[in-house]
Amino acid sequence: MTSLPPPSAKKLGLVIDLDTCVGCQACVTSCKEWNTQGYSAPLTDTNPYASDPSGVWLNRVHGYEVKEQGQDQSRIVHFPRSCLHCEEPACVTVCPTGASYKRAEDGIVLVNPETCIGCKLCSWACPYGAREYDQSQGVMKKCTLCVDRIYNENFEPEDRQPACVKACPTGARHFGDLGDSTSKVSQLVAERGGYDLLPEMGYKPVNKYLPPRARRDATNSPAEALPRPDGSAFDRLFQWADRVLSPRRADGRTSDLDHSGKLEG
Amino acid sequence: MTEPVVDTSPKNWDEVKTTTCYMCACRCGIRVQLKDGRVTYIDGNPEHPVNKGVICGKGAAGIMQHYSPARLSKPLLRVGQRGSGEFKEIEWDEALGLASSWLSEVRAKDPKKLAFFTGRDQSQGLTGWWATQFGTPNYAAHGGFCSVNMAAAGLYTFGGSFWEFGEPDWKHTKYFMLFGVAEDHGSNPIKKALGQLKARGAKIVSINPIRTGYSAIADEWIGIRPGTDGLFVGALIHELLTAQKIDGEYLLRYTNSPWLIIENEGGADDGLFVRNAQNSALVWDNHSNTAMPALSSDAAPKLMGRFKMPDGRRVVTAFTLIAERFIDSEWSAEKVSERCGVPVETIRRIAAELARTAFEEEIALDVPWTDHLGRYHEKMVGRPVSMHAMRGISAHANGFQTCRTIHLLQILLGTIDVPGGFRYKPPFPKPPPPGVKPAGKPGQVKPNTPLPGPPLGFVTSPEDLLVDAEGIPQRLDKAYSWDAPLAAHGMMHMVITNAAKKDPYGIDVLFMYMANMSWNSAMNVPDTIRYLTQKEPDGSYTIPKIIYSDAYASEMVHYADLILPDTTYLERWDCISLLDRPISEADGPADSIRQPVVEPDRDVRPFQTVLLDLGTRIGLTGMTRTDGSPRYPGGYPDYIVNHERAPGIGPLAGFRGPNGRAQGRGTPNPEQLQHYIDNGCHWFYELPDHMKYYRHVNWAYLDWATFFGFIGKPEPVIHQLYCEPLQKFRLSARGHGKVVAPAEHRSRIASYFDPIPFWYPPFEGEMVSDAEFPMHAVTQRPMAMYHSWGSQNAWLRQIMSRNWLYMAREMAAKLKVADGDWVTVTSHHGKIKAQAKLMDGVNPETVWTWNAIGKRSGTWGLKPGSDESKQGFLLNHLISELLPEREGGYRYSNSDPITGQAAWYDLRVRVEKASDQSDVSEPQFATLKPLERVE
Amino acid sequence: MHPAYSVILFTTATGAGYGLLVLLALVGISHGEATTIAFGLTSMVIALGLISIGLLASTFHLGHPERAWRALSQWRSSWLSREGVLAIVTYVPAVLFGVVWSGLIHAPDLIKPLAVITVVLAMLTVMSTGKIYSTLKTIRAWHNPWTVWVYLTFALATGVTILAAITSVFGNFPAFLVYFSSAWMAVALIVKVLYWRSVDAAPRDLTMGDATGLGRLGKVGQWELPHSVPNYVQKEMGYAVARKHAAKLRKLVIAALVLAILLMLSALVVPHAALLSMALVLFASVVQRWLFFAEAQHVVTLFYGAEAA
Repeated sequence: MTSLPPPSAKKLGLVIDLDTCVGCQACVTSCKEWNTQGYSAPLTDTNPYASDPSGVWLNRVHGYEVKEQGQDQSRIVHFPRSCLHCEEPACVTVCPTGASYKRAEDGIVLVNPETCIGCKLCSWACPYGAREYDQSQGVMKKCTLCVDRIYNENFEPEDRQPACVKACPTGARHFGDLGDSTSKVSQLVAERGGYDLLPEMGYKPVNKYLPPRARRDATNSPAEALPRPDGSAFDRLFQWADRVLSPRRADGRTSDLDHSGKLEG
Repeated sequence: MTEPVVDTSPKNWDEVKTTTCYMCACRCGIRVQLKDGRVTYIDGNPEHPVNKGVICGKGAAGIMQHYSPARLSKPLLRVGQRGSGEFKEIEWDEALGLASSWLSEVRAKDPKKLAFFTGRDQSQGLTGWWATQFGTPNYAAHGGFCSVNMAAAGLYTFGGSFWEFGEPDWKHTKYFMLFGVAEDHGSNPIKKALGQLKARGAKIVSINPIRTGYSAIADEWIGIRPGTDGLFVGALIHELLTAQKIDGEYLLRYTNSPWLIIENEGGADDGLFVRNAQNSALVWDNHSNTAMPALSSDAAPKLMGRFKMPDGRRVVTAFTLIAERFIDSEWSAEKVSERCGVPVETIRRIAAELARTAFEEEIALDVPWTDHLGRYHEKMVGRPVSMHAMRGISAHANGFQTCRTIHLLQILLGTIDVPGGFRYKPPFPKPPPPGVKPAGKPGQVKPNTPLPGPPLGFVTSPEDLLVDAEGIPQRLDKAYSWDAPLAAHGMMHMVITNAAKKDPYGIDVLFMYMANMSWNSAMNVPDTIRYLTQKEPDGSYTIPKIIYSDAYASEMVHYADLILPDTTYLERWDCISLLDRPISEADGPADSIRQPVVEPDRDVRPFQTVLLDLGTRIGLTGMTRTDGSPRYPGGYPDYIVNHERAPGIGPLAGFRGPNGRAQGRGTPNPEQLQHYIDNGCHWFYELPDHMKYYRHVNWAYLDWATFFGFIGKPEPVIHQLYCEPLQKFRLSARGHGKVVAPAEHRSRIASYFDPIPFWYPPFEGEMVSDAEFPMHAVTQRPMAMYHSWGSQNAWLRQIMSRNWLYMAREMAAKLKVADGDWVTVTSHHGKIKAQAKLMDGVNPETVWTWNAIGKRSGTWGLKPGSDESKQGFLLNHLISELLPEREGGYRYSNSDPITGQAAWYDLRVRVEKASDQSDVSEPQFATLKPLERVE
Repeated sequence: MHPAYSVILFTTATGAGYGLLVLLALVGISHGEATTIAFGLTSMVIALGLISIGLLASTFHLGHPERAWRALSQWRSSWLSREGVLAIVTYVPAVLFGVVWSGLIHAPDLIKPLAVITVVLAMLTVMSTGKIYSTLKTIRAWHNPWTVWVYLTFALATGVTILAAITSVFGNFPAFLVYFSSAWMAVALIVKVLYWRSVDAAPRDLTMGDATGLGRLGKVGQWELPHSVPNYVQKEMGYAVARKHAAKLRKLVIAALVLAILLMLSALVVPHAALLSMALVLFASVVQRWLFFAEAQHVVTLFYGAEAA
């Protein structure tokens, strides 16, 4: 099982829009609450009500500061990070037991909690920090792409998506088949220049990140400077008010044009 | 080998119930999965108008709040000293008996000796009514330290407001400015909308000292210096007026810009609107060259000019005065730039972009409508510039006038309730201001008698103030007194201080709900704790009796005498009512309910039911039948269904009348709650298209809103750019009018009650030395936390079990502070020690931290000495609830002089590297004895 | 990387055991049957004991030791699995070799073939251990051509030194072993130094900007961590020994090995010095292995604040 299956036509994954993520943690806790009762149950916590609380999470959001060329100020980019369901995942091939595997059908990378021996080697092989060891369970946990939601026949079709995607308030997370070039997610990736994390590692992540868009600021403002009249601005305003705004006697009906009253200036 | 078989269709639940989230004030619709009676999963309800299926970081962690170890489990009676944590468990009968005996005694003696204040209360429709019935004017929720500047500024100006009472036209807006907005009310709707704006390519400008969260994804970040937004906006207005880029027609038709104001310096009528015999304001008709009634379709009003009335009085249009103010070079970009920390070019460019978007990218929807004067319009025309502002504007001593300045900008651009602009959410617009006056004047508070009206309302002249003939405040918090005349939300932040100082008087019972007033909700925590435990010479407490209701073991529990344990939000009935803080959409009114999805496993009762029970026990008429039996024997759900505020108007607007077919107005429907449950626990009425915009002057809408009871009469809501009520106060400060301002308050009233928006420096900054306290210190709400609640949540506290003090790298370098250093932060009032973290995206003169992360050791079900108490900290310790002495030794509250809004963002500090670099924040308070929990 | 003591014990003990096993097999090839049954059995028990203790130790850090047998299944792709399979397979020729070589069963013809198989399998097992680490592209310090050689040379150096120490106790201490073990220690030392030079010279050319892909916009720095308390990934992959301490510990390894060589040479005069030499080389082996982990930086640290990896 550890050997990879032949590449699947279907490559389910996430597309994460770094331009719209505000770092609200909705995907983080939604992931935790689904998975602690779902396929990965339980995701245990250590010291939940004492000092140094920590626990197993399958999705975490980082915050980075990026200083762009030509900008005075850094910008903050919120960066959700979870398993990328690589096409050639080393975390799978290093697994000595076959507990880690890539599904032939849709490419989802899973850990079989029944056979994982908890050697942690897969977490060493992953450059993305996607795998977290559950000390109390003795097995490795990771994003399942909510395999127990996306096909779940007990759900309405619109709920058949990963918990994080369903939760995301800004719509920064998209789920779909990245193996299908006509899918919405593939098109999004094409339009927005979606990219792989650490392509040099050679693991071919399926998940893609959409880079922050160029900001619309001083560098590309379409507005021309406002006119700055000579002489008394107040007098000019007064003249303008008199000239433009002495309305015709209202006849009880006006047109929209009349209402919008193009202004001079 | 073959792949393991994965069950891809597990059904880990027995049933799914809908209800309403309470993890913050956003009130999203949720679906709760239950398995064997336990909550296993919560997600957003896709049908719900607020969140449409999404959920936030807090909402998805609701399970851990519901199963928090900090939950209270039984009524408690204090047996040791306050703060000792010595309680005994008692039965509900005893608890309610005790509470009602305390309350009855106060009510029989002097009802105002009961101070009843609620915190993050979502049942103010009930609690306010209860206070009215009890007869005490000393009631409010937490709005006085939250939103009142915004609510008041909006309601007095255009009959609506920011916060969640309106929203940008997300669908059409092309230019969105957000001022001082962090994760807060309306959090999911705003996040959803930001995603939409991004997808549509609308420009987002964030004016905020800190570039996190929403500001992080904004197209442009303006890292303004705290408290100077009014200057910045004023400069934009200056630019637009100078370039004549304003919507003159909108101003003439829908605002009081052309209304005539009397110019009579020194006179009693100076600055008031000239009115005719029918009390109608007048405009100067261009054709007849005479004054005519303002709301007349025959008039062709002049926007600017000075005129002479036939009786010789000199009058001027309101707009003339506004233009005179803002066209002055005092408001030029050059003049304000340094003070705001915003470059001149940026101010000019933003003004140009606003003008361009408003006037060159106009929107016209093909929707005919008719205005208040019967004028038919073929289209709904809009200027797609929208704004939203929150606490960054609100929590300053100049917040009211600053917020009015923002509204002035919106209105000059013609962007209120137009396509692409800022939209009202029903029940707004209301008359500016709404007609309700606060009750509690001398003579209105009588033993065993309800108040003649609600304790909170809107004053329009000094005669409405709750003061006696000497000007002494009638309310404990001094709301509606000369200290804070327009305190429309009360001043909860002053209650404990004033009660302990017996200024203006002492009280007998302090009754609070869900308000952590001994910790993160108090300014000046150490003194607040002292006041709560202060004793009289005879050994009794100065605040003799404190009743407190909360679901969790907050810091406040330890300082109360009688604890009434509340349920969690998943165990209760609630209504999110149009009579309170509605969840309406701009497209139409909405309300919702909570239903108990699980039964409490502890001996707790929902506070609202308890409140009704207490009302019956002490014989409040609204809650008691003539035979003494309860009017609402079924408790809160009974009240929700059967209470009528006016005929046919009750807490819920949906599914009224026979068979639940009536909407808005209709007889109580016994099946109403079931209808709500069947409808996913919410109700939404989408307005027809011709009623979706211009509602302040939209004939059809105003008619409809009158039927629904949102407004008393179908009268237009004319925007009050010139705010006459403020001028009336000014006149009283000049010695005019029936009620004259006392001498000691006159200069303050005269200075700040300017009927035209203006800017003044926040008080704290003015009263301390710049050299000594050169920096600003503010807090932001983290997206995954709501006030103090998140720290008891096993998941949320992993995201943030402690906080840091963030500061700009460049400033840190000047102060020789390295990343991770512990620093001291000193204000005129106190000193704390915190660990510094450096960043770029913050105004260099500003330090900040996440709010309410610091906890007192021994509380919230956490093991004593947890990160929250050891490394976490609060800025509250640095903030005084009183301003430094002035004007003869009197100390005003640290509040906006108009509304009484607590000015906790005015904090000025200095930051130094701490000599003690140990890994512990300061001050450290003694550990409170954790409450034992009965399972 | 977090230096787990069970893993350090596992790799150093099995390394020494296989090294000793290889040496014993070479002795068998060159000299035939062991000089005495006692010597033969003792040295074989030590070799297999070290291997067994090491393998046992390797299960200590497993979440489910009772499932360890499953680790034998994925030999087609996983070096860890291969190592497990090889380790177990090696027992067969090794035990048989031990039986015939020590003279428990007299079958001199079988010594050579069994020895050859044992040598090959033992070396392959050690190589597999090295491969577990050297194939991890995520850890630059491990993904290095010298890694496997370090595992092999330290296995042999510790193995041969143990053999020298055993023979010094049994009194049949040939001078050759002194030179041979000294030579292997020298080789191990040189290989380790070359490894360090290679690791130190390797460019740390991945940045936070590369990891996040945000480098395309500009310079990337960390603002906030996802959670305020370090998580598994940070604890397991983010462990870093201070460079100052690492330099000291490297010197300690070198000094220990040099001293071990000197002591071994002095065993020509005082045979029991070989015991001290053995102690020192084992000590050096453990320290360098601890450093192997503690100095190694995982690429995931880039997401958690490391500027380069």
